[in-house]
Amino acid sequence: MTALAPAPDADLGADLGANRNAGDVWVDRLFRAITLVAGLLVLAILALIAYTAITKAWPAFRHQGPSFVFSRTWDPNVNHFGALDFIYGTMLTAAIAVGIAVPLSLGIALFITELAPTRVRSGVTYVIDLLAAIPSVVYGFWALAILTSPAANVYQHIADTLGRLPLLSSFFGGPVVGASFMTAGLILAVMIVPIITSLSREVLLTVSQDDKNAALAMGATRWETLRVAVFPRVRSGLIGAVMLGLGRAMGETIAVALVIGSSHQITSHVFRSGDTMASVIAHNFPEAVDLPKAALIGLGVVLFVITIIVNVIARAIANRSSVLRGSAR
Amino acid sequence: MTAIDATAGSRDPAAWIHERAVTPGRRFTNGLANAWMVGSVLVALVPLVVIIVYVLSKGAGVISWSFLTKNLPIVTQFEGGGIAPAIVGTLVITATAALMAIPLGLLAAVYLNEYGRRGRIPSVVRFMSDVMTGVPSIVMGLFIATIWVSSGMHFGYSGLAGSLALACLMLPIVIRSCEEMLRLVPDDLRQASDALGARRWRTVTKVVLPAALPGIVSGAMLAIARAAGETAPLLFTIGVTKTINSNPLHGTNTTLSQEIWFNAQTPFSAAHDRAWGCALTLIAIVFVCTVVARIVSNRFATRA
Repeated sequence: MTALAPAPDADLGADLGANRNAGDVWVDRLFRAITLVAGLLVLAILALIAYTAITKAWPAFRHQGPSFVFSRTWDPNVNHFGALDFIYGTMLTAAIAVGIAVPLSLGIALFITELAPTRVRSGVTYVIDLLAAIPSVVYGFWALAILTSPAANVYQHIADTLGRLPLLSSFFGGPVVGASFMTAGLILAVMIVPIITSLSREVLLTVSQDDKNAALAMGATRWETLRVAVFPRVRSGLIGAVMLGLGRAMGETIAVALVIGSSHQITSHVFRSGDTMASVIAHNFPEAVDLPKAALIGLGVVLFVITIIVNVIARAIANRSSVLRGSAR
Repeated sequence: MTAIDATAGSRDPAAWIHERAVTPGRRFTNGLANAWMVGSVLVALVPLVVIIVYVLSKGAGVISWSFLTKNLPIVTQFEGGGIAPAIVGTLVITATAALMAIPLGLLAAVYLNEYGRRGRIPSVVRFMSDVMTGVPSIVMGLFIATIWVSSGMHFGYSGLAGSLALACLMLPIVIRSCEEMLRLVPDDLRQASDALGARRWRTVTKVVLPAALPGIVSGAMLAIARAAGETAPLLFTIGVTKTINSNPLHGTNTTLSQEIWFNAQTPFSAAHDRAWGCALTLIAIVFVCTVVARIVSNRFATRA
């Protein structure tokens, strides 16, 4: 940052012209090389993460074999490490989060791009950005504070109502606890709304106004315009945005670790407690040694691989429409 | 961004005709869709408002001069003490991470946009830095913990280890936002500089970077704001301390986010109060960064 020169001024031409000497060529090559190295650093870090994590986790993988991801028993005392419960917890919470966040985010993105007057538009964008600025641990702590009341009371209410219906009872039936898959999923939903919103907004902005005007001129309502002229154009971009949100939800740690209740179970009941890969790592890594430590790193490897796959697919889909390029957030 | 007119107002003849031709059923569906959009915004506002009000009401009573300046109490169970070590730790660790990630990210962005707009290597780097933004922060923490803190180099816990983990998180974000900003600089400027006989590196340092500076600063502030609130990468890298440690290179450290994490998990109300105070302080720091970024980028928008 400090190396930046002041804004260009009148002497620039003279300054630039005076430097057409042979040495300058080498400076340029050096500069190019330095920037290239900085660029390759990303690849190096990713490779190094994969390499170190896998080598450090190897003892646990070798000890446990494929049952590392297929077994349900995770007991460091007897050196048995089956991560299926945690993988399930990660999947379920992420699924709840995406299920709630997608309709919301898409609605907000459409509001910003199609409905809102210019002044409101920037205000809403700003507010959604603030939602992204709240730290994960604050979300978690807040959710922890409202767990027993009102959250558990609301859950009890839902369980009492929906629990009597035949199919829904296997998802929403009691008994309920505040620290549950549902709480984790809700908090994750709030946390990924800003990401999905901002990505979908960028996708939606690429649809040309002419197309929309054409539909409107045919007498379409705004909703019909969206269906006819907008959605078909942005489908792959939106799928990419949703998958990036999914990836974020699966990797999110701290908020989930505070509210998921840390118990091992696979259940379709969303009001029961569970655990995710990330929260298990967060809770247990500092005290772990030897094989259990390797196993936790192994969990990290599984998480890393899953999120990388989700992200690569998401980016590949999104890049095909060459829309989301450059949207890091 | 491209200005998109909201669908024509009532003065627009097309809209007038259209309004008369729409059947009640279609109008209802359209109204439903509008309600969905407005409703989504309102629903998203609820957690934001509730959390901020909650943190303000719980945290404001805790914060005082001595709370901000005293060392952390040895026993979290009882009232007293302050959070100064956590504030200092947050600032020092985040700043150290920024010092690593921002220059490197900027250089990488210069490579992507100025030297390698096309070609195989740039597109791979671009793709992988996008993918890297999706790597969970806890994995970054594990990575630094294994390679730097414990088994790898055995440097032990330090602020620097946490900064390294944060820098890994920030790097791809900085790269992509800087590249975006560099791309906004019109090619005319580069061509003018080229025409004066400047080499590429001079064009970059004297013309492109100054022009893109506000956008770069804004992107950097957002990356800093995100890093300042992170907890997961720090849990295994910085250790714990009860006293102020402003040296990132040596000794264990602590941050506001980590203190919230520790205190929140205790059953004691004094610890919870402390955590609320930490939460308010942390949110204040993060929001200041976000607002500064916003102001800088607004300046940029009006200038461009």
